[in-house]
Amino acid sequence: MPATPVLPKLVGERVKRREDPRLIQGRGTFVDDVKIVGMQHIAFKRADIAHGRIVSIDTSAAETMDGVEAVFTGAAIAQQLGPMPIGTPFPSPPHYAVAIDMVRYAGEPVAVVVAADRYIARDAADAIIVTYETLPAVVDPELAMTGKPTVIHPDFPNNLAVALVPSGTGVSADGKTIDDSAVDRAFAEADVVISQRMFNQRLVPNAMETRGVVAHFEPGKGTMTIWSSTQNPHILRSMIAAMTGLGQDQVRAIAPDVGGGFGAKINIYPEEYVAATVSKRLGLPVKWIEDRSEAFVATTHGRDIIGYVDLAAKRDGKVLGLKLKLIADIGAYNMLLTAAIPTLTMLMANATYDIPAIRTTLTEVFTNKTPTDAYRGAGRPEATYFVERAMDMLARELGMDPAEVRRRNFIPSDRFPYQTQMGAVYDSGDYEKALDAALQKCGWEALKKERDAARAQGRLVGLGLAMYVEVCGIGPSASLPTGGWEHSQVTIERDGRISATTGASPHGQGNETTFAQMLADQFGVPMDHITILHGDTAIVKQGIGTFGSRSQAVGGTALHMAGGKVKTKMAKFAAALLEAHEDDIVFENGTISVKGAPARGKAFSEIAAFAYVPVPLPQGLEPGLSDEAFFEPTNNTYPFGCHISMLEIDRETGEPTLLKLVAVDDAGNLINPTIVDGQIHGGLAQGIGQAMIEEAVYNEDGQLLTGSFMDYAIPRAIDFPRFELLSTVTPTPVNPLGAKGVGEAGTLGSTPCIVSAAVDALSEFGVKHIDMMLRPEKLWRIINGGQA
Amino acid sequence: MITSAFDYLRATSVDDALAKLSAADGGKLLAGGHSLVPLMKLRMSEPAVLIDIARIPGLSGIRESQGAIEIGAATTHHQVATSQVLAAACPMVCEMAADIGDPQVRNRGTIGGSLAHADPAADYPAVMLALEADIQLRSARGPRTVKASEFFQGMFTVDLAPDEMIVSVRFTPVKATSYAKLHQRASHFAIVGVAAALQVESGSISAARVGVTGAGPHATRLRTVEDTLVGKAANAETASSAAAEATLTDLNSDIHASEDYRRAMIPVFTRRAIEGALARARS
Repeated sequence: MPATPVLPKLVGERVKRREDPRLIQGRGTFVDDVKIVGMQHIAFKRADIAHGRIVSIDTSAAETMDGVEAVFTGAAIAQQLGPMPIGTPFPSPPHYAVAIDMVRYAGEPVAVVVAADRYIARDAADAIIVTYETLPAVVDPELAMTGKPTVIHPDFPNNLAVALVPSGTGVSADGKTIDDSAVDRAFAEADVVISQRMFNQRLVPNAMETRGVVAHFEPGKGTMTIWSSTQNPHILRSMIAAMTGLGQDQVRAIAPDVGGGFGAKINIYPEEYVAATVSKRLGLPVKWIEDRSEAFVATTHGRDIIGYVDLAAKRDGKVLGLKLKLIADIGAYNMLLTAAIPTLTMLMANATYDIPAIRTTLTEVFTNKTPTDAYRGAGRPEATYFVERAMDMLARELGMDPAEVRRRNFIPSDRFPYQTQMGAVYDSGDYEKALDAALQKCGWEALKKERDAARAQGRLVGLGLAMYVEVCGIGPSASLPTGGWEHSQVTIERDGRISATTGASPHGQGNETTFAQMLADQFGVPMDHITILHGDTAIVKQGIGTFGSRSQAVGGTALHMAGGKVKTKMAKFAAALLEAHEDDIVFENGTISVKGAPARGKAFSEIAAFAYVPVPLPQGLEPGLSDEAFFEPTNNTYPFGCHISMLEIDRETGEPTLLKLVAVDDAGNLINPTIVDGQIHGGLAQGIGQAMIEEAVYNEDGQLLTGSFMDYAIPRAIDFPRFELLSTVTPTPVNPLGAKGVGEAGTLGSTPCIVSAAVDALSEFGVKHIDMMLRPEKLWRIINGGQA
Repeated sequence: MITSAFDYLRATSVDDALAKLSAADGGKLLAGGHSLVPLMKLRMSEPAVLIDIARIPGLSGIRESQGAIEIGAATTHHQVATSQVLAAACPMVCEMAADIGDPQVRNRGTIGGSLAHADPAADYPAVMLALEADIQLRSARGPRTVKASEFFQGMFTVDLAPDEMIVSVRFTPVKATSYAKLHQRASHFAIVGVAAALQVESGSISAARVGVTGAGPHATRLRTVEDTLVGKAANAETASSAAAEATLTDLNSDIHASEDYRRAMIPVFTRRAIEGALARARS
């Protein structure tokens, strides 16, 4: 046997992303690259008012335009398509993909044009004349809760989408009995109570690739293929099948290269249902590509939640109790996960602290705005922001170092698994380790001196520190209506190469790289002999999708398990061929050999070939090398970390500049630290964006004033200092990889640590809290004696 | 983001462009397209014909002759930002151009397009005012020159007839110049942008021009500041006291900055621009 090169172990190494060459050279395949002969193009006529009754829709001019195939009003679409389902167990008003008699947010679809090309479709949409009886709009959730000036859905008085019973300490599991005594006692015994209304503002997700869909119903076969820029093709397949009256076996959903999702591509959208419905009705393939102006109003927004925070503590900094009253502005409708997102804010109210008594309440309110749904972090950054800002206010009130007040309240590392007051069981954690690592990395004491020296020169410099813990690796099936598992199939091909499917559906996470690293190590073969297949329900038999930082923890584990099954079988073939016991078979460096006798080996590809032409077939074995696994974790994972920032505010202009950002993140075991760094960088960019420059602003009429990149800021490289990153490693026991998930982490610690730094910088003006974003004018007003 | 239908013509010379412009009903000149095309995509502008002037030979480039600098109308912001001639003779122009928008805008957008469009928050107008540039126009009727201080007349309104085009700007370079800008963080346009050009002789300011953009409906000179500067010592005190005079009566207000804030920022950025110019006078 020829000598083989020694293959390095790849798991844990900084392997370059295999996806990047095609993506950065424009060689990816996105939905808009899909072209089918005879394909028609869809454009939507959308409401230009936020609230009103549709009096009439005149489609006559559009219908007679050359190249227009069909025009559908909401009523026409509703003949085939019922109200859209949601994925949460809350009551929800009927939501038709295309409005029938009322519009409830600016951007809501009111008619559909199908035409020979995009240009004709857009012209025809413009030619549709809709007359409305305009109704008052409401954009302030606290006003909407009074039922004034309008009720958006008649069956939801006072615009209350969800009015949840209190949760937390003293609330029984069924929510039926509520005992407030522990919380009341905490506040009665407190030396200090911090009370603050905080606002976690609305954001527009803005993936680089807008949404898009191609639906191709083939009348001859009775099957539907749907390409979509989605994070979860299997959920899409299920929903499209259910809503078009087809079986799941008759629908194939494909997520090709997807240019970012950030949670906003979990939802199954009106445009996807409409494309499928129209394709089936016309028997033609149809395409719809969202343009950027549409994306601002038609793709779900994120955040938009008010928190009334009360924190009770002793003078030594020990927190006794927390009250968190949440009011979420969910926009005009419930989408797939809309109602569930703020429940994650409640779930994470315990943060990293051993808080003995917590009471949360949650109200979700309809307003005349674009609906909200998941956005990177999805409920957890909001919780982190509220609690960490309150902890910082407590430190300031007590004159205590913000690190110290946190240290005094941490859940100790020997208390895991830790049952929180909110019903979560934190899997593992060592918060003090992350804090100490961050303090050391940034040189906390020296940094404080630097800040003080800058202040002595009249500069407004501040430091901010925040801890976070999030819920990831979602999760057991109890936590998701789709099921909380992931699936993988690993196949050793006849030539010895490996193909592996995953139900995770990466759209920037780099699983083609990390999963190949894992299999390369598992089978002792070169990584470039491995292809990771994803995003096509005809190839990937089952799956849930990519969200909630779950791909590695759940999908990676399914892959590892499927690989293990195939490896066991391959070892049996090898044992037969090498006349050894299967337990003595060793996979390394592209060969399969016998332990202690490396010369007694064969090339990996030879064993693979033998498995497909097994002459003679070893006893008890079927031919072939392919197997699958479903993995459902017993619990979510709870990654954590500590972020520290230094920020300077221009005394004359109020402009904030981020001088330093140190992020220590603990995502458990890391498969690829470079990809982890990339995820942290991206998350930080979005968190810093929220803290400093991003905000969706509506006027009182419900018009989005920040409806383009001219007015809605997307963070750029020049907005950031060089990020200083470090990982601590606290593996999770809930999966064999010990990996927790890292996709959202950067959005959690960054917002409170930056706002706290701004408050610190402006401490000489007596300010206690500043709502995001840190608009220069807002800071300038504080400096000049006004309030935030 | 789909434009209405339009015809596209490419002009081979200025005369050709002017002929096509006169012949077209509802024609617009297209250079970098970074103001016009977004408006067309939003269907806020629906020209029937676009006449592309970006590749007319000789319409772009930076030339120095007889003590003046001339920048062709089709010169991109990037060309201006990286011009050795401007860096040596009039650094403010490079400094300003390097900070317009983003790399895509700087690589396509042109000085002529920016001046003709006259966005109230565009950077170029303030700088052209401070340099008292000649905006050189052409039409079938012949050439015409308009002083920058007379060119900007209102929001998106300039002294440019429908059959005219900008062919170049021409100005006497000033070394002691600086541009100071408060960025709108989404667009990187100016909330307030101030350009100052000073003549300093034997330690005192002998001439001064200051232009402001972003704050009001159109870019304008801050004459009171200029008058206050002239004859004073070239020092920080002068910068402060002159800048304190900086004000406009008609101020913009939007979600990014209120009238109050803009009013307060005009003196701040005026002072910074003057200080920057004074620093260059010393160097």
